[in-house]
Amino acid sequence: MSGARWLAAPLLTAAVLVLGACDRGPLAERAGRRQETLGVPRPAGVRPTPEPPSQFGVGRPATDAEVAAWDIDVGPDGAGLPRGSGTVAQGAAVFAAKCASCHGANGEGQPVAPRLVGRDPREGFPFGQDPALVKTVGNYWPYATTLFDYVRRTMPLTAPGSLSNDEVYAVVGFVLAKNEIIASTATLDSATLAAVRMPARDRFVPDDRRGGAAFR
Amino acid sequence: MRVNGHDNEGSASPSAERADTGERSHAERRVDSRMSRRGLLAAAAASAGGAVLARLPAAAQTPAPGAAPAARGAGATQALDATAVPADPTVAPGPPTSALGARSPFEHPARAPTGVITGSSMTPLHQLAGTITPSDLVFERHHAGVALIDPRRYELMIHGLVERPMVFSLDDLRRLPSVSRTVFLECSGNGRAAFRAPTREMTPQAVDGLTSNGEWTGVLVSTLFREVGVRRDATWFRAEGGDAARLSRSVPIEKGMSDAMIAYAFNGEPLRPSNGYPARLLLPGYEGNANVKWVRRIELADGPGMFRDETAKYTDPLSNGTARQFSLVMDVKSIITSPAYPVKLAAPGWVEITGIAWSGRGRIGRVDVSTDGGRSWTMAELQVPVLPIAHTRFRLPWRWDGGDATLMSRAVDETGAVQPTLAEFRDRRGAGTDYHFNYVRAWVVEGDGRVFFGGAL
Repeated sequence: MSGARWLAAPLLTAAVLVLGACDRGPLAERAGRRQETLGVPRPAGVRPTPEPPSQFGVGRPATDAEVAAWDIDVGPDGAGLPRGSGTVAQGAAVFAAKCASCHGANGEGQPVAPRLVGRDPREGFPFGQDPALVKTVGNYWPYATTLFDYVRRTMPLTAPGSLSNDEVYAVVGFVLAKNEIIASTATLDSATLAAVRMPARDRFVPDDRRGGAAFR
Repeated sequence: MRVNGHDNEGSASPSAERADTGERSHAERRVDSRMSRRGLLAAAAASAGGAVLARLPAAAQTPAPGAAPAARGAGATQALDATAVPADPTVAPGPPTSALGARSPFEHPARAPTGVITGSSMTPLHQLAGTITPSDLVFERHHAGVALIDPRRYELMIHGLVERPMVFSLDDLRRLPSVSRTVFLECSGNGRAAFRAPTREMTPQAVDGLTSNGEWTGVLVSTLFREVGVRRDATWFRAEGGDAARLSRSVPIEKGMSDAMIAYAFNGEPLRPSNGYPARLLLPGYEGNANVKWVRRIELADGPGMFRDETAKYTDPLSNGTARQFSLVMDVKSIITSPAYPVKLAAPGWVEITGIAWSGRGRIGRVDVSTDGGRSWTMAELQVPVLPIAHTRFRLPWRWDGGDATLMSRAVDETGAVQPTLAEFRDRRGAGTDYHFNYVRAWVVEGDGRVFFGGAL
């Protein structure tokens, strides 16, 4: 995905710090620290503020092991998905043990945790018109990879990070199957998860607000 | 640990402790029963003569029965007791200096916590003046509670599409050139309750309390990007928090190259834990959720991560059957903070209508105020200097004639963006839209002086 098409609005907002590329321009100006002398002259013996170095040499190198230990991002193309796999049937057991107490036995949601399962309305995408519609993984989430990423980093709420990668694949498979997005006989791994296409995938559009008189 | 007295003079020395012990029995006989033992010890240590103690207002460690919840458990703060306030403060000296300042015992501003780890607490906008939010009243919104982090163990990793993956300690961040900037921070869900289920008994805090404003200090992300050598193919950066949600958001690289900051201080002191201690991402003008608290990792990438909080949440369903994504900039907005519920106007006559206005796109250019439900408008006075991307105080003297009135404020930012009416908002965004509720708010003044939230006017 190109970043450029998302960016016009933020760029309009850089009212104070119109800075251009990061490697150019005096640091004081980039940082909003331009000295205002208010007409007070600089005596000959006082040097002007110097240009900063391009680097300060602060910080230490990150080792590959450190990066690997923390880098758990999973991208929408599946990049970052770990090895491992899980079946929908295995996921049903994980869900019953680790998720159902908050999300309900079938992912129907409870006051403490949102509904995960549901495809209604099957036609259209009327969430903007109807505030009563409940967003679920099945009817709203645009990427299946997001579910893996989120479950692995955040769930279960009281013990995040406690599920094995196999358990995450399995429980993601269970939620997708309950939403009738994959078959109940399916096995999820990095390849099959990355290939899942979510029903709402094409409903999302970039921000077209630009400021100015037109309200969008 | 003492609750008051001259702690900053190194009084933890053995000799000071002995002095405390020696004073105890003598002073306890004299002290007002409201004064706690620990408060007494400190006062005794600080005082040259115990006889003076009995005449001083009590410095109680335990708050008075009527104290607001926010004042409880205030640690080393010297809690003041309203019942100890003398009728005439000019005839006897007051309490001595203290390590930490406390509010007047007559003032109880407080956030409104929901009490759950995925919840929020809102800034009491109607209890504040000017534009700066006190640090202990800055709103909260957490997704897995408040991360408690030892600053000595804190590290920020920057990796991905960079020449040199690096790790920065908090000391490293503080060594680098710093920048201070006053900006607001607003949750993009601010105003949802007022939109979905307005009631007449909503305060400005309940309507729009998920916005706060103050001076942030930190290091520019662009400075860190130069240290690691960001590659030209990096178009986004992904920020991850060190909380139990490991909350993650994707941000266009241009924001990192301009005014994005790793903030470690707010209003002159280290961040409060509930606002990201020891360091957080600050993206001036962007929705609060993207300003990742407790930030511990930034990955340079060629696209967004499509994390949960930029897909399932923090996207805007629109009336045309789509959902807007990466709607990061906060729209122009304003709210009258007084008079507003629960205020009751005492009598007809002059009243100051005042409130705050802000825009993620820059400076506020104008705020119009209506007292007749939007039929006519008058320009309010703006407090200068008007800072970009900051709460801006507006004021308008108004002569209330004792009749019904409907007060509204309508802000315009320097790009010409105007707050929409509720009808315009519903038309463009849809009744089911979920964030960025920036339409004009109304307050209804009734003939007896009571003021109520006008909600859906």
